[in-house]
Amino acid sequence: MATKPITRNTVIPGFGPTLGYTVFYLSLIVLLPLSALVVKTASLTWPEFIATVAAPRVVASYKVTFGAALAAAGVNALFGLLVAWVLVRYSLPGKRLIDALVDLPFALPTAVAGITLSSVYAANGWLGSILEPRGIKVAFTPLGIFVAMTFIGLPFVVRTVQPVLEELEEEIEEAAACLGANRWQTFRRVLLPELLPALLTGFALAFARGVGEYGSIIFIAGNMPMVSEITPLLIITKLEQYDYAGATAIATVMLLFSFLMLLTVNLLQKWSRRHAAR
Amino acid sequence: MKSLKTIATLAAAVLALAAPLAAHAEVNLLNVSYDPTRELYQDYNAAFAKYWKGKGGDTVTVKQSHGGSGKQARAVIDGLDADVVTLALAYDIDEIGEKAKLIPANWQKRLPHNSSPYTSTIVFLVRKGNPKKVRDWNDLIRPDVKVITPNPKTSGGARWNYLAAWGYALKQKGGNEAKAKEFVTKLFKNVPVLDSGARGSTTTFVQRGQGDVLLAWENEAFLAVNELGKDKFEIVVPSVSILAEPPVTVVDKVVDRKGTRKVAEEYLKYLYTPAGQEIAAKHYYRPIDKNIAAKYAKVFPKVKLFTIDDTFGGWKAAQKKHFADGGVFDQIYGPGK
Amino acid sequence: MSGTSAKSVRTRTEPAPVRWLLIIVAFLFLGLFLFVPLAAVFAQALEKGWDAYLVAIREPDALAAVKLTLITAAVSVPVNLVFGVVAAWAIAKFEFRGKQLLITLIDLPFSVSPVISGLIYVLLFGLQGWLGPWLQAHDIKIIFAVPGIVLATVFVTFPFVARELIPLMEAQGKDEEEAAITLGASGFQTFWRVTIPNIKWGLLYGVILCNARAMGEFGAVSVVSGHIRGATNTIPLHVEILYNEYNYAAAFAVASLLALLALVTLVVKSFVEWRMRETS
Repeated sequence: MATKPITRNTVIPGFGPTLGYTVFYLSLIVLLPLSALVVKTASLTWPEFIATVAAPRVVASYKVTFGAALAAAGVNALFGLLVAWVLVRYSLPGKRLIDALVDLPFALPTAVAGITLSSVYAANGWLGSILEPRGIKVAFTPLGIFVAMTFIGLPFVVRTVQPVLEELEEEIEEAAACLGANRWQTFRRVLLPELLPALLTGFALAFARGVGEYGSIIFIAGNMPMVSEITPLLIITKLEQYDYAGATAIATVMLLFSFLMLLTVNLLQKWSRRHAAR
Repeated sequence: MKSLKTIATLAAAVLALAAPLAAHAEVNLLNVSYDPTRELYQDYNAAFAKYWKGKGGDTVTVKQSHGGSGKQARAVIDGLDADVVTLALAYDIDEIGEKAKLIPANWQKRLPHNSSPYTSTIVFLVRKGNPKKVRDWNDLIRPDVKVITPNPKTSGGARWNYLAAWGYALKQKGGNEAKAKEFVTKLFKNVPVLDSGARGSTTTFVQRGQGDVLLAWENEAFLAVNELGKDKFEIVVPSVSILAEPPVTVVDKVVDRKGTRKVAEEYLKYLYTPAGQEIAAKHYYRPIDKNIAAKYAKVFPKVKLFTIDDTFGGWKAAQKKHFADGGVFDQIYGPGK
Repeated sequence: MSGTSAKSVRTRTEPAPVRWLLIIVAFLFLGLFLFVPLAAVFAQALEKGWDAYLVAIREPDALAAVKLTLITAAVSVPVNLVFGVVAAWAIAKFEFRGKQLLITLIDLPFSVSPVISGLIYVLLFGLQGWLGPWLQAHDIKIIFAVPGIVLATVFVTFPFVARELIPLMEAQGKDEEEAAITLGASGFQTFWRVTIPNIKWGLLYGVILCNARAMGEFGAVSVVSGHIRGATNTIPLHVEILYNEYNYAAAFAVASLLALLALVTLVVKSFVEWRMRETS
């Protein structure tokens, strides 16, 4: 990582110490422990590694996990933006309470979330009893995984978009309106570019969280091999066999996937900001 | 920089608070056990503390840790200071000996009866009135029956379920390995949800209303009926099942380091006394003591039981053949099936 | 007067039908994925009545779990708060190569499965791990004790504040800070007087999210805790124990304590708003 600024045409102080501390703390808390993962994986030979991470069941679980996480993050991006918009722009009775409730998917232990979701969406649950007769089976299917991931990722988009929306200056919208833009045009041309970086951040975080999630999903997924088995569950399966190296191998692959995915989103974000600035 | 100071103060406060959490009383034992024994050891620990004090010993406080059997064994391997372990299967304790060298290889010979002071077996829990008329193992492969069991790869209890079914098929007239595999494959085709642990499966069956039959430890089935509704469920005992032997042992390296060997050994021996056996029986574990067994004969129906040693050649062999990666269980769920 | 403000309102909002449609859709979504599950938690917590609820949350093991959870959050939130502000400053106020890589690395703990976040500390500090034998020889306990639980929580909640602040501070740019510095303010003065007021909401959300996650984390903590009753169980682990004892009402009662965090959020936010109005 290059730590030298290319252009330091700013008078703001503190670049060295803040970046230094950031990198130091990141290394200590994240990179060093994660390196243990890679080192453990390295105890496998190359063919063993491939056999472990490319087994058909493992590959099927990648598809389920990453697919559901993408879908859930997408839904959260769309509806999270909407929720943030409603919470910031409109006045409603009880708005403050709703605002506060948005964080709860984080506070609720994941196992509780899973148990609750499966009780609500099972055939005999509040929502399941409405959905299932209409042919929508949620609990114990891949759809259940999507529901759990949507639940746990919900706060991310709302909470990243909300502060940006709150700090937006009125003038730009008014200017757009004065220049004859209608509401939709103002939103698309003026507001959305401003919100896009935060929206992408929220999307990336919700996605990342969904990929790694375990506790809430196992209660609602059904866990059928090849169909609704998520990758973290396979890691647990490996651990149950005292196969630490196999577990870390799958974890490393997941980590790599997520890393590339997040990096893509972050680069996209940089591009979108430059685009907006133009 | 002020914040750094705050952190340091906070860290110090945490250490100060954490210290009293770790130690009080005179002797502390940690019993690392698996999920279904919570209620059993809650009673037993109190009884033992009284007994030990009565014998002129110290005040004993036994702390409990419960979780999936394999997960608990891993915690001990990775340094959880267990004085005694009381797990679901010998295989998990073997691993503690093998991976961490905390106990000798012959641990299972040290206490009577394969170091299993109580036993259990696998039975069926069905909905009240047994609407699907499930009587024995072969009813489980009927296409109209849905079976709930946890995943044998993540749950020790589920391995007993699987092996019991396998053993049943093997012991039928003309039974052989191929037939047994076919039987178990059909059975797992009827499983709509594979939970990761035994109690997860119980919840799926009881609370979510999934499936017609739950395969469970006998003690778990009793507990579920008592706790969750005598009017909703009943227990069906199959013609033949497996003798489940949950073993116990002292963790040598830990007790020697902590100086708790004597009391830890007594703690396990007391399980074999009539008083200990009575507590086990009360919690629906089958006692091995003849007198206590006779006293509770009404509770535990007679079942023909086979053991893992004579049918599967011990846990190591069974684990390798059935539950290891690429083993029989994985083949059942192989791609394209 | 009234004419201009009415116009400004009109230019910043939508026609009533659109507004109501958006509100209804937002509520449908929140209903399906948030309100109904939350209502279910409280419904099950109160299934056996208030008395059973109070008994469940007053039990000594439950109180020990609450205490441990508070300690954990009290350490992990401040350290990650400091990191978050520092990192956001470095990233948002300066241009340097590898910035996106750095941001991605900060995101990484989110995507690490909680089980793995626990496992890495086992690999580091466990008896079979790198430092385990040395730690045991010196009688230092990290995993299966409080420090391990704190470490795992710090890891899991690592990105929250930073990730909340980075897009916000980037959106705001650095003009105001540059102006302040040019006018002779010191770095710290600029930070306290200019930056903090601008990022207050993001900072608050970040802390709230971080705190919520620190208190609610289950998977990672479960791996490093050892599950010793009354000693190393946090609230989420205690909930699991109760649940596994078929004590559903008590399990949800204790879980609902965490749901009450939302009320804390509400109070803090109102307080901040009130303070802002007082000072301005």
